[in-house]
Amino acid sequence: MAITTTKSLFLRGLIDSLPFLLVASPFGLLFGVLAAEAGLNVLEALAFSLAVFAGAAQFTALQLLQENTPLLIVLTSALAVNLRMGMYSASLTPYLGGAPMWQRACAAYMTVDQSYALSIVKFEDEPEMTTSQRMAYFFGTTSVIAPSWMIATVIGAWVGAQIPASWGLDFVLPLAFLAMIGPMLRTPAHMVACFVAIVASLPATLMPHNLGLIVAGLAGMMAGAQTELWLEQAAERSKAKQETAP
Amino acid sequence: MSTFDQTSLWIVIIGMALGSFALRFAFIGFIGGRQMPDWLMRHLRYTAVAILPALVTPLVAWPSPTGGETSLPHLAVAALTFAVGYLTRNVLWALLSGAFGFLLLFLLG
Repeated sequence: MAITTTKSLFLRGLIDSLPFLLVASPFGLLFGVLAAEAGLNVLEALAFSLAVFAGAAQFTALQLLQENTPLLIVLTSALAVNLRMGMYSASLTPYLGGAPMWQRACAAYMTVDQSYALSIVKFEDEPEMTTSQRMAYFFGTTSVIAPSWMIATVIGAWVGAQIPASWGLDFVLPLAFLAMIGPMLRTPAHMVACFVAIVASLPATLMPHNLGLIVAGLAGMMAGAQTELWLEQAAERSKAKQETAP
Repeated sequence: MSTFDQTSLWIVIIGMALGSFALRFAFIGFIGGRQMPDWLMRHLRYTAVAILPALVTPLVAWPSPTGGETSLPHLAVAALTFAVGYLTRNVLWALLSGAFGFLLLFLLG
């Protein structure tokens, strides 16, 4: 009986993840195309997607590599984009931390925006789920997304190799990032972080080796964190005022 | 577009693979349920939303297809893509408007 529910939860996760295919596949294609434009062959593009499996960070590294940025800065910037995976991992730990080590290691590799977003909602809504049921659901959410990310990369790399450089595809990368950023701006603090990073990034380009990216990014992070703190304090003050009012 | 050598590429791929896995595994594998300091979590929340715009802005302000010359059409397409993403809260619509804008740039330019 328990096996049946585990299996059906895997399927449930798989079905819930299908709408995300519409997003993951175009981005995978795009990564393949841009990787090919940057001079990577199909195998290298696939190895990139297979080993890293994190869209935004892959795009970041690709762009910085082409600007002849020192490798340490390429890695720091790309991993900074991926820091949110650490947050996802932290917030999934109370739900999945009890699973065997090999499952946790697989789950770590499979932690992406889509699997996290679906799973955390499911786990919060259904607290009676067991750890193995949760794992089944979690793996279900990535069982289609992960292979399609790889396949899309390969197709993109293959197609990209046929596209002449004169098409100016370089400009597609900032557009892809802009498409990702819009929906991320959920709170005023997110908007402040984004705005400060934008303003800081222009003069920061004067710094050597693309170091300005990290400086502008840090400025944005600090601005966002500080805004969050201020908004929380303001909310508490107005709450305290209401409570003391006659 | 400048090129980079194979060694750099593989260092980046392997470094990112290890680094990304470490980030994802750190908590679920080692730290377990222990709490992270609030100030750290508060900053981590804004990494992607700060780093990505910082990366994009110079690429939009000085686009490479024009050889780094600031260009109103490129700015307009970037603004359109961003605005659609923000207003619809949907990456797909934003991506489609970006593709549409890029097509316009391609046909007009």
